[in-house]
Amino acid sequence: MKYQVNEKGYYGEFGGAWIPEMMYTNIDELKRRYLEIIESESFTQEFDQLLKNYVGRPSPLYHANRLSEHYGTKIYLKREDLNHTGSHKLNNTIGQILLAQKLGKTRIIAETGAGQHGVATATVCALKGIKCVVYMGALDVSRQAPNVKKMKMLGAEVIPVHSGNKTLKDATNEAMRDWINNPEDTHYIIGSVVGPHPYPDMVARFQSVISAEMKKQLKTQTGLENPTRIIACVGGGSNAAGAFYHYLDNEQVELIGVEAAGKGINTNETAATLTVGSPGVLHASLTMLMQNKDGQITEPYSISAGLDYPGIGPLHAHLYKTGRAKFLAATDEEVLQAVLLLTQKEGIIPALESAHALAALDKIEMNPEDITVINLSGSGNKDMETYLNYFGY
Amino acid sequence: MKNRINKLFEEKKHNIFSVYFTAGYPKLNDTVKIIQQLEKNGVDLIEIGMPFSDPTADGPTIQKSSEIALKNGMNLNLLFEQLKDIRKTVNIPLILMGYLNPVYQYGVEKFCVKCAEIGIDGTILPDLPLDEYESEFKSVFEKYKLHNILLITPQTSVARIKQIDKASSGFIYMVSSASTTGAGKKVEDFKKEYFERVNEMNLNNPRLIGFGISDNATFKNACKYASGAIVGSAFVKALNSENNIADSIQEFIKNLISS
Repeated sequence: MKYQVNEKGYYGEFGGAWIPEMMYTNIDELKRRYLEIIESESFTQEFDQLLKNYVGRPSPLYHANRLSEHYGTKIYLKREDLNHTGSHKLNNTIGQILLAQKLGKTRIIAETGAGQHGVATATVCALKGIKCVVYMGALDVSRQAPNVKKMKMLGAEVIPVHSGNKTLKDATNEAMRDWINNPEDTHYIIGSVVGPHPYPDMVARFQSVISAEMKKQLKTQTGLENPTRIIACVGGGSNAAGAFYHYLDNEQVELIGVEAAGKGINTNETAATLTVGSPGVLHASLTMLMQNKDGQITEPYSISAGLDYPGIGPLHAHLYKTGRAKFLAATDEEVLQAVLLLTQKEGIIPALESAHALAALDKIEMNPEDITVINLSGSGNKDMETYLNYFGY
Repeated sequence: MKNRINKLFEEKKHNIFSVYFTAGYPKLNDTVKIIQQLEKNGVDLIEIGMPFSDPTADGPTIQKSSEIALKNGMNLNLLFEQLKDIRKTVNIPLILMGYLNPVYQYGVEKFCVKCAEIGIDGTILPDLPLDEYESEFKSVFEKYKLHNILLITPQTSVARIKQIDKASSGFIYMVSSASTTGAGKKVEDFKKEYFERVNEMNLNNPRLIGFGISDNATFKNACKYASGAIVGSAFVKALNSENNIADSIQEFIKNLISS
């Protein structure tokens, strides 16, 4: 268990809970109780049942024949895009809403960038009849109007955040402020493997269903549990954490994370945190960050709002530092070409985020016998406007 | 020389008046002028805010002042440069308050060395929690005789308050209620039960109450339950005008501590 979190909440040198005292009581309660709760029989029963009958799991593992032919190798897609609400995000929000209920919380807050986590949170709050408040950068509110309307229709209150650069980082700041102001009745559903311990571990555990299924499906379909490699996109890194989870200590399986290069890692418009960042403390975690020499956080850029974050989960910082996983970066342009290729080879329109993982296929060497699994974390439905404008259909 | 914070709390047991402002706001080079005016008008202790891009424990007023200060070009190197001769003119205790990351990038020991050189008496770093402070930072801070002031809130358990009291030197920063800074509380919002409960614990360290202290009524009320109180957002707001800084400060303080 080399790559698991330690009892102090660290992955190697990264992680921890750098929280102001105002958040201590809530984080301490979570830290003391999350394992006992999520490993209890009543929790796992309800969680498994909802994943099956509500989310629609297991998600298929699909052998992409024509894409495989194109690259002269064997490529499988883990179809998280087919989950209810169109992405892997629901795995985590289902887990956290059940946890919040066990903790006796009656109000849920969340941050969202593209709106996928916001929609997934609003969805489970509707499912359980719990009050839901979603913080979203004002810029993202205008960029992602359909998801904003969806959250409202689901009964959530969406609060536009006007501070900072009005994107995901600022929405996260505001959600943390809300929690400081409402410490008694509220649970904060963080959407990725970021933030203070135990969130990175807790969210990774909820997402680990991805690699648990992957193992069984590979065994059935190929006779082998182990693929040659797994590729996933990384912003905060929740889908990658889930796709890597059960293979972390199995070093025969190559793990590849793909960050958003934006307009290029040598430009100021990038979100490739590991490539351009350095260690520091943001959102209560010691991890790799995009920052200037004074320790002020700099604004990331990516065409994909879901990867537009200046930090990364401490697990990934550790996998990067130790060399256990390899991290690449794909530009907006490369990503859009990857979207079109998958769409026309397989009839699957991927999300911009997930297409970063697909774009990596052009950047690595693959043998004909290799088995490569791409975690297709989300559907392209939310990105249709971008695609139609770009490709001119 | 005795730390100025300890000296202050030994000499003054009641109505200690502490003020926070953000360095680099409203103008980049106002820092020294603001400190001198605050001392001149009878303030006992000053918290100099080191602006950060993502101040998660602060409300809109301090967020805005931090954003403007950073736009004006404030950073730690410049702040230390501005403060290098401050002890030639100012005698009251000075504390640097801010978030950990800028200090971390500057270098924790280098930061402490600089504070000692200048005559800074303590720090308040809200996102440096007790456990991390004790394991990595405490020995360095003590080496340079810097008090790191820790916070307690209405949710902090009795056991943890005792732990914080043990790890503290200087004073304990008592957050008035569950909130970020500048929440504009009224006197009746304060949790009397919490103030009294902590009062009865007979802690080793004196306490100042902060967060939501914005006017004469809230200041006086807070002073009933601790050695004094801290005003932040309300003061930053008062600087947010075209008026002459010296006049704004005089006016603000007169209104706040008038009886």
